[in-house]
Order: sequence, then C-alpha cells, then structure tokens
Amino acid sequence: MADELTSLTITEARNGLAKKDFTAAELADAHLAAMERARALNAYVLETPERASAMARAADARIAKGTAGPLEGIPLAVKDLFATENVRTTACSRILGDFSPAYESTVTEHLWRDGAVLLGKTNNDEFAMGSSNETSAFGPVVSPWRRKGSHTPLVPGGSSGGSAAAVAARLALGATGTDTGGSIRQPASFTGIVGMKPTYGRCSRWGVVAFASSLDQAGPFARTVRDSAILLRSMAGYDEKDATSVDTPVPDYEAAVGKSIKGMRIGIPKEYRIDGMPAEVEKLWEQGREWLNAAGAELVEVSLPHTRYALPAYYIVAPAEASSNLARYDGVRYGLRVPGGDVTGMYEKTRAEGFGPEVRRRIMIGTYVLSAGYYDAYYLRAQKVRTLIKQDFEECFNTGVRAMLTPATPSAAFGIGEKGKADPVEMYLNDVFTVTVNMAGLPGISVPAGLDAQGLPLGLQLIGRPFDEKALFALGHVIEKAAGVFAPKAWW
Amino acid sequence: MSVDAATVRRIAHLARIAVAEEEVEHLRGEINAILAFVEQLSEVDVGGIEPMTSVTPVQMKRRPDVVTAGGDPDAILRNAPAREENFFVVPKVVE
Repeated sequence: MADELTSLTITEARNGLAKKDFTAAELADAHLAAMERARALNAYVLETPERASAMARAADARIAKGTAGPLEGIPLAVKDLFATENVRTTACSRILGDFSPAYESTVTEHLWRDGAVLLGKTNNDEFAMGSSNETSAFGPVVSPWRRKGSHTPLVPGGSSGGSAAAVAARLALGATGTDTGGSIRQPASFTGIVGMKPTYGRCSRWGVVAFASSLDQAGPFARTVRDSAILLRSMAGYDEKDATSVDTPVPDYEAAVGKSIKGMRIGIPKEYRIDGMPAEVEKLWEQGREWLNAAGAELVEVSLPHTRYALPAYYIVAPAEASSNLARYDGVRYGLRVPGGDVTGMYEKTRAEGFGPEVRRRIMIGTYVLSAGYYDAYYLRAQKVRTLIKQDFEECFNTGVRAMLTPATPSAAFGIGEKGKADPVEMYLNDVFTVTVNMAGLPGISVPAGLDAQGLPLGLQLIGRPFDEKALFALGHVIEKAAGVFAPKAWW
Repeated sequence: MSVDAATVRRIAHLARIAVAEEEVEHLRGEINAILAFVEQLSEVDVGGIEPMTSVTPVQMKRRPDVVTAGGDPDAILRNAPAREENFFVVPKVVE
C-alpha cells in the first residue's frame, strides 16, 4: 500500500483522496517513510514530519467537511531557497546557519492555501549557483538514476537537485524549484521528470532567497505534465510584495493538457545544433519533431542568431546581480558571524567562511564587472546583448511561431566530481540550451523524452511566448504521451 | 581583459571577502578563465541597442504609502548573531 501511495501522480492522489480510498495522513506517512529509507540520496536537508502530519490531519478534516482546496492533502517538497515560516531555511549555505524565517514565501503560502502538505526542505546548490548540486553546504545529492550495470554515483543536476531527485525517487508527489539559468529544466531532464520555468513575473519572488533578481523564477517539478499544470496554477499569481510580479489572471493550465496542437507552428532553432552534441541528443530532438508533426503541428526551421552569446552574457548579468543581492550577508542581522577585530574584518571573515568557493567566485566576478571603469564594457554590453536575444525570439514569434522545440541539455547526467574541477566554465556549459529562456524572460518546460544508451533520461525543452504556458502544457503532453513515463529502479 | 594579483586582492576587498595570500593565484586563474569566456561578447555589434532593464513591459504599480509591516522587533532580531535589547550589536565602528 505504502509504495502504491508514493507512486501516484498528483492527479491520481487528488482523486483517491476525494473518493476516500486513503487519507491525507496515510499519504503523508507513506512519503515520510520513503524519505527515511532514501536518506542516502541526500535529497532533503530537512525533513518536517511533525508539520507534515499536522498539515495532513488538517487536510483530512477539510476533505471531510467538503471544503477541500485544489491541492488538499498533496505532499510536496520545497527547495531550501523558499522561506518557510519557523522552518529552517538556509539556501544550502553555511552563511545562513540555522536561519528561521519569520515569514512565508508567497509561492509556498499559495500551496498551503490550496491544501498542500510540506514534507521537508530539499537540497540545492548553494544560493542556487551550480548545475550539479555539488556546491551545497550539505553535500551533493545522489541521483536516483544509475548507468546500466554501474554503481557510479551521478549528479541529479542543479541547482534544484534535491527537489528533482525527491520527485523522481518517489519521495514527494511534486516539488518547488527555482530557475535562474536552467535550475529547474536541467535537473528535470537529468532525472526523467517534468520541470517548468514560467514566464518571468508569473510567480512571486517574495520570500525566495535572491540570486539574480532579473532572472530568478519559481516553478514546479512533477512526474507528469498534468501534475505540473496543477501545481503551477496554485503557485502563480500577482503579489503586491513583488514589484516584478505581473497582474494578469492565472488560467486553468490543466485545461490545456490534452488539447489538440493541430496547426500549431513550432520553431526548430538551427543554432541549437551545437558542435560536440552527442548523436543521441540529436536523435531525440529529431524524434520529438516527428512526434509533434504526427500530432498535427507544423514544424519550421527558425534562426535565433544571438544564441551563442546568451551564456557569456548570463555569466556577467547573473554574478553582477548576485554580488549585489548577497551583500546582505554581513554577519549582523542573521546567520553566521566570525569575529575579525573591527567591523570590516568581521564582514570579510564571515563572508570568507560562510560562502563556498563557487559563491565567492561569482561574487568576485560580479564585483569586478560592476566596478568603476568596467561597468560599460561588461554589464552594460551584456544587457544590450540580452535585448538582442529577446528580439531574436520576438521576431520568430511575430512570424506565427507559437513555441520552439530544443534539447533540454547537451548531455545526460554525469558523475559526481566529474565536471568543472579544473575550469568552472566546463560546468557552466550545461545550461547552454536553457539560459536563453531566462535571458529573454520566457516560459520553458523540460519533458522527459527518452533514455540514452546507458539508460539515463534525456529531456526535450519547449520554449513559449510570454504568458503562454498553456501552449507548453499542451505540447509537452503530446511528447509525454509518445515517449512514456520514466522511473529509476530503486537501489537505495 | 585579464586580472593580475593586485586586482584580485582589490576585488576581494570590495566584495568584503577575506582572501589568503596563497589563494590569490588560484582565484586569478579562475576569474581569468571566466573573463576569457565572456570576452566573446565584444564581437557583438551593440550599436544603437538599448540595454534590457525590464523583462516584461509593464507599468510599475503604485500602492498607498503606508506602513504594511513592522512593529515586531523580536521577529526581526530573533536570528541576530548578537543583540542587546532591540538592537543589533556590531564591533565598535567609531573610536
């Protein structure tokens, strides 16, 4: 029974709860037990069994009274980047220590409003800076996936690696993530699940630990496209506490799942055919085109000429904003403090000990590109390149293209410790297909589409027009129907 | 462009991150690798292009200029590494 409960989709769990086949308390307990057995994955940095039980009991009471919300009793994992009231929130950095927020992030507040149950906080790269979950102060997450016939521990991707691993390993029915350059879509692709980054401004950033404010956006992880649509509807919405959140109605995304895509014009950007792309990724992309074509979509080759400049521009804009955002960690108001004589010495020692190497590196790069004499050459130029990237997309959309199909990642998951040791840029290249979407503020979804020769999942990405998430759910569902659903074999 | 050791020390100080002397050379290498990577932006013609300052073209909303939160010093101070009464405590700044 317990295994059956953790294998349900959100849709199935919602129906089972409504029909009283099981209770929210049983559903939560099944997940808490699975989490305990799966601690070797290091997906959760904090389990919240007491809160989960209390929330599940409250959900059962509302179901009994007939006042159930759209996510009533659905157990979810929350990335440790979301502030959760009175529940330790660290961004997986030593510098936040045992920080206990006095407030709740708007996105998680929406989830609890709709009846969801908090299972715990998930591991992520420190301050969401990374593509493998290896920069976390809590240590790396081990992917539930393994290569055929191998015990080599693999990364789940990052930065939302814990959320992705938890959903893939059946330790939660869904999870929240954040995506600044690919941090939802890349780990979703590596773990064989669905990851959606909504349009910038669709979800409130209030209460989400800030990395790069003009790029950060929250979104859901789930095992099916429909489940993602259900979660996004609850997470999204205008919030007066975030000046960049957009006041436009939240549609019923679930209604788009299963809608016909007949006649939809889908762009295939030729610049995404990059040197050194594995033949399997190329083949999968071709397969995705055939699936959409067979469902009645019209495929057209398009050009996004500034694609190759997105990643270098990102590595100016994101560190610049991070260096400013992370100035708040000064050892005064919360978190770690390391004495250092005078106040400057205290700042410097606190930040040297509190931040890990990748975060220190990015703060320093950001400080450099914003410093006097370099601002125009780096930051201003990068922001102009960003305009060009956005214009590339707009020109394609203006010709009637409704969405674009691309690979989600340039490769399948790699081993822990395999990448980025000698050269940080090697790790950065993971985000080459996803980062353009953040730079242009567009919605993107990664949908599992197949397995490589080693048995590891690969995803396809769909990129949409601003606030046209519905098209992505409709298209994503077509791919999902054709490709099937992928689950790792439990070894933990 | 690339940075020398003195620049690495200057950036570290601006960023208020203590860097030990033996870390400088390593950091210099890493920072220069990233700067070399972003160097390709210099080949893009950005003449006449406006920098992107807003992702979505929306009018910024206004709200009444009233206090919406506050009045709870305990909530604000409860995570402080050092506090005295309703104040954060820092090392002496003025002699």
